[in-house]
Amino acid sequence: MIELVDVRKAFNQGQHNELWAVRGVTLNLEANCATVLRGPSGSGKTTLMTLIGCLARPTSGRVRLQGRDVSGMTERFLTGLRRQTFGFVFQQFNLVRGLTVEENVMLPAYPLGVPRPELRRRARSLLESLDLGPHAQARAEWLSGGQAQRAAIARALVNDPAVILADEPTANLDTELSHRFLDIVRDLKRTGKTLIMTSHDPLLYQAPEVDRVIGLRDGHLD
Amino acid sequence: MPNNPWLQRQRYLVDFTIGALARRKGRNLALLAVYALIVFVLASVLLFSQALRHEAAMLLSSAPEVTVQRMVAGRHDLVPAAYLDQLAKIRGVADGRGRLWGYYYDPAVAANYTLLVPMSDPPPPGKVRVGATLARTRGLGVGDVLSLRSHEGHPFPFTVDGTLSSESALLTADLVLVCEEDFRAFFGIPAGLYTDLILTVRNPREVTKVAEKVLRILPDTRPIVRDDILRTYAALFDWREGMVMVLLSGAILAFIIFAWDKASGLSAEERREIGVLKAIGWETSDVMALKLWEGLLVSVFAFLIGYLAAYLHVFGFGASLFGPVLKGWSVLYPQFELTPRIDGFQIFTLFFLSVFPYALATVVPVWRAAIADPDAVMRQ
Amino acid sequence: MVVNPAIVALAIAALVSSLLLAYSAAFGWRLVRTWDLSSGSELQLGLERHTYLISTLVAFVFAIEAMSLLLFVYNADRIAPLFVGAMCAVGTLNTSPFGFPALLVKVLVFFAASTWLILHHLDTRGYDYPLTRLKYGLLLAVAPLIVIEAYLQARFFLALDTDVITSCCGSLFGASREALGSELAGLPPGLAMSLFYGVLGVTLVVGLATRRWPAAGYAYALLSALSFAASLAAIVSFVSLYVYEHPHHHCPFCLLKSEYGYQGYLLYGPLFLGTALGIGSGAVRPFARVPSLSDVVPPLARRLTNVSLGMFFFLVVWVCILTARSGLVLLGNEGV
Repeated sequence: MIELVDVRKAFNQGQHNELWAVRGVTLNLEANCATVLRGPSGSGKTTLMTLIGCLARPTSGRVRLQGRDVSGMTERFLTGLRRQTFGFVFQQFNLVRGLTVEENVMLPAYPLGVPRPELRRRARSLLESLDLGPHAQARAEWLSGGQAQRAAIARALVNDPAVILADEPTANLDTELSHRFLDIVRDLKRTGKTLIMTSHDPLLYQAPEVDRVIGLRDGHLD
Repeated sequence: MPNNPWLQRQRYLVDFTIGALARRKGRNLALLAVYALIVFVLASVLLFSQALRHEAAMLLSSAPEVTVQRMVAGRHDLVPAAYLDQLAKIRGVADGRGRLWGYYYDPAVAANYTLLVPMSDPPPPGKVRVGATLARTRGLGVGDVLSLRSHEGHPFPFTVDGTLSSESALLTADLVLVCEEDFRAFFGIPAGLYTDLILTVRNPREVTKVAEKVLRILPDTRPIVRDDILRTYAALFDWREGMVMVLLSGAILAFIIFAWDKASGLSAEERREIGVLKAIGWETSDVMALKLWEGLLVSVFAFLIGYLAAYLHVFGFGASLFGPVLKGWSVLYPQFELTPRIDGFQIFTLFFLSVFPYALATVVPVWRAAIADPDAVMRQ
Repeated sequence: MVVNPAIVALAIAALVSSLLLAYSAAFGWRLVRTWDLSSGSELQLGLERHTYLISTLVAFVFAIEAMSLLLFVYNADRIAPLFVGAMCAVGTLNTSPFGFPALLVKVLVFFAASTWLILHHLDTRGYDYPLTRLKYGLLLAVAPLIVIEAYLQARFFLALDTDVITSCCGSLFGASREALGSELAGLPPGLAMSLFYGVLGVTLVVGLATRRWPAAGYAYALLSALSFAASLAAIVSFVSLYVYEHPHHHCPFCLLKSEYGYQGYLLYGPLFLGTALGIGSGAVRPFARVPSLSDVVPPLARRLTNVSLGMFFFLVVWVCILTARSGLVLLGNEGV
């Protein structure tokens, strides 16, 4: 489903602090699988995930989404595709302070101009399925860690994307919440979603729900 | 139409913008205040000079098309009534009359009055009608006596019969209307002489030709064409207004720099917010649209507040802040109420000088903020 | 020299527009030389990010130009009393050889910018920056126009000389100048009418024909431009006369004043819009062949043509109404 061919990513190109985070990765990811990218910090796993999720363009190499080459697309189209195909859950959750939980969940659909009543309905049902129904009108900054993550997951799901990407999802959770997260992973797989996560938490990459573990070191596959 | 995605998108953006503005009240209020101040200053100048222009136009609208003055050794002298007969013969002249008026210096208030014999409805002998400002300054009411020193040095008592309405206060500020006999007795001007002659010319295209003929027939006269006066005033006003604008351009420039700075000085919180928006699927153009809506809302508010304040300042308080520059000077300051006039041209110009510089100042900072990499939030 | 706030504003606007477009053109030059879509290098990414800025700046300049066009005309009307013999904007513009050319170039800039913006809109609908190189190349061609416009406008303003005598020695010296050309020569009304209705009639027909034969779109664009010219001639030659109800008042600008109920806006608004969209509809058609735009061009061209047609149709109807409503009789039968 997602294909990377000899993908490389550099930062600060041409300057004295030039850094190659990903140095030639070729990868093929299948649909409806839960994959974990594993490696120490600095291995480039987060950068690789941004390339998979079309959050960033590779400095060289090709990325193909369901057979379609997306490397040379305009930002407008790429973002449109990304909105439709990928949902992100960040390590810091990154909910917008000052907005309610429900508004936060609705945000990714704003540029699409989805009619408000329908969007609200979608957000509500997502929050309910993640046990956040009663918190819908709460301000985002009042949520606890586990709740905030579930809100972030709801936000990632609002456009009904095929792929969910999560960056270090269990890093800020205790064991119990981590297990609850794995339950969510299982549910998402059951509904046909593909999951890609980065982690260096053995609880996650050794879990039975995870189908594939890909190791990374210094920007290369292990 | 109600389900138009583009429209819905704009509505979402506006909602988000209003929320965002409210979340950063401090910074936005400071910007609003400065912005409104600039609009206030510019609008005050424009409104005030517009009102003055109107006053002057009203003043001159009742002026005759051609005024004929007699020149002796390059100075203005009294003109014989006999000239009227020759002038009446000029083709195009509908009417010709003699006019009597003069200046009087009143040491009590160190001001010049204009004594005038009106063309119609003069006051009865011994009585005068005075301008509202004069009445106020000398504390005169109906029935009071205004004693002036005649040309022979004797006091000449005039009883105030009434005050002049201040529809155009600039016009009547220092005016004293008297009847012809009193005027001639007071100034010692014998019958058969006038201060100047006024001619009514119906066809505007003939005015110039008439003036030329006057000069030919009566070489010791100076015909003054009303349109030329209008032109001079208009040019003077324009020039003064323009100069004030040029001086204000320094303020506008400072405003631009301020606006640029405010737009660039995004707090870390704001940057994070934009980063999140980019990461969850907003494009650069969505973020730019957001920021531009922000600018638009601030502009609209600042414009309204500034303009209303200027309106009150000019028409409620008589533009006390910088009236002198535009009014010119006179010892008697009429306390007149300027007639409120707004016109589209003025608002247009104002818009050009305030909203346009602001929009310009914010384009680059807005763009810089909006091009944040979507993966920037993950790199932190 | 005449200095008033509007002139200050216009001068600043022209200067700023020129600077912005010069900057954009310089960027355009860099882009045309180094654009490489297949590269993901930071250089390319930087170029792509920059295009957002440039297109916003050009849209900005376009809005400024549109407003400056109006303000320029209004201001010319406002300061007309300062010039001997000038009775309205026409007189002001005639005070120097730069007046009408400045106006003409302003109009050209308006249409150049509108066409560029339409092309830009089309470019954004393609997924692979199909027209970007072309767009910025075109920008290099448009930028000099703005500079020319700023120059002409500046020369015009600098040449404004009111000849008003500020000493008190007789205002006749000003009055002895010959009255300026405050009248515009127009075509004979009958000819102008046939021209107007004829050209616009053909334009409307061809516009409707594009539904069946898209290739006619190019003809439509050309006809839109011709309709613009014919309409201007019509306004000067007979529409103004009808509106002012005066057989010799040809001024095309007095229509915009409050004395005439701002009727001019109902004429010029649809005219400018219809022409801009008509030209734009033709400009987009060649790109139907581009793979990433093949689905986008036909509906866009159709929409542009439809709105443009609507505008021209309204214009024709409005002119008819003005003719019928007027108390003036030019040809003998109208209004009866």
